[in-house]
Amino acid sequence: MSEPLGMQPIAIEDETREAFQKLAKEQLPALYSLARRLVGDGAEDLVQEALVRAYRAFGGLNDERAAGAWLKSILVNVFRDALRRKARSVDEVPVEDLEDFSLYRRLIEADPFPYSDSLHLDFLRSFDAEDVRAVLLALPEIYRAPLVLHHMDGFSTKEIARLLDVPIGTVLARLHRGRKRFERELWSYAERTELLLRKAQGS
Amino acid sequence: MSNDAAITCAEAVDKLWQYLDGAVSTEDHERIDAHLSFCRSCCGEVEFARELQRFLRDADRYELPEDVRARLEGFVEEL
Repeated sequence: MSEPLGMQPIAIEDETREAFQKLAKEQLPALYSLARRLVGDGAEDLVQEALVRAYRAFGGLNDERAAGAWLKSILVNVFRDALRRKARSVDEVPVEDLEDFSLYRRLIEADPFPYSDSLHLDFLRSFDAEDVRAVLLALPEIYRAPLVLHHMDGFSTKEIARLLDVPIGTVLARLHRGRKRFERELWSYAERTELLLRKAQGS
Repeated sequence: MSNDAAITCAEAVDKLWQYLDGAVSTEDHERIDAHLSFCRSCCGEVEFARELQRFLRDADRYELPEDVRARLEGFVEEL
């Protein structure tokens, strides 16, 4: 053998490693944010697991420009696997009287901003990022995940079905339920935390 | 267009997000459009659904606290 043993493979590995590390660091804010939306306090662990898996699979990334989406996909896969490992009792949550709740109508009825021209907007504006996260985290994971992935991270329902390994019909149904629960939870949260009162006093 | 294709407010509201996403059948889309052309309340609901979708989309800015960034970058370095 004319080449020094192991020289070339290690050099390639270093370059690959550096390339991965650079991409990973660039994507940390996006990854961490997504992880926070999905799991709240377990976000760091989720990101770390995703990074390990991604590093191992780095050869599978063909286009660096797609790195963000690719890393997010891996994060969602890790999330999905963790969900599966949990108690198998995570089935569809029984339908409550959700079907009749309309946040739009509830706000009109409750009229929390009697002097406002933009009651509904004012209500939503009372929520800051922390409040929204809290509301989302109050939803069961099976509803939270599709809602977050579709409406906050821009994944298509088809992509979500693939990532979560469920039929697309299931994704659509969970989006539908999730949105209703989200509306209901926005209202419950506002009542429970006296959000509107706090905002009136604070600002 | 036959009248028995008309939908109720409840049905329209139920499908609003899918409607906004373009994820309803052509038939349903037409029915909802028709319904919205005369129902003020549901117009309000649609507007609110749009606002709520926008709200969700814009709600959570990317924030990476310094201590978390430091830890995660350290972790990346060790890979």
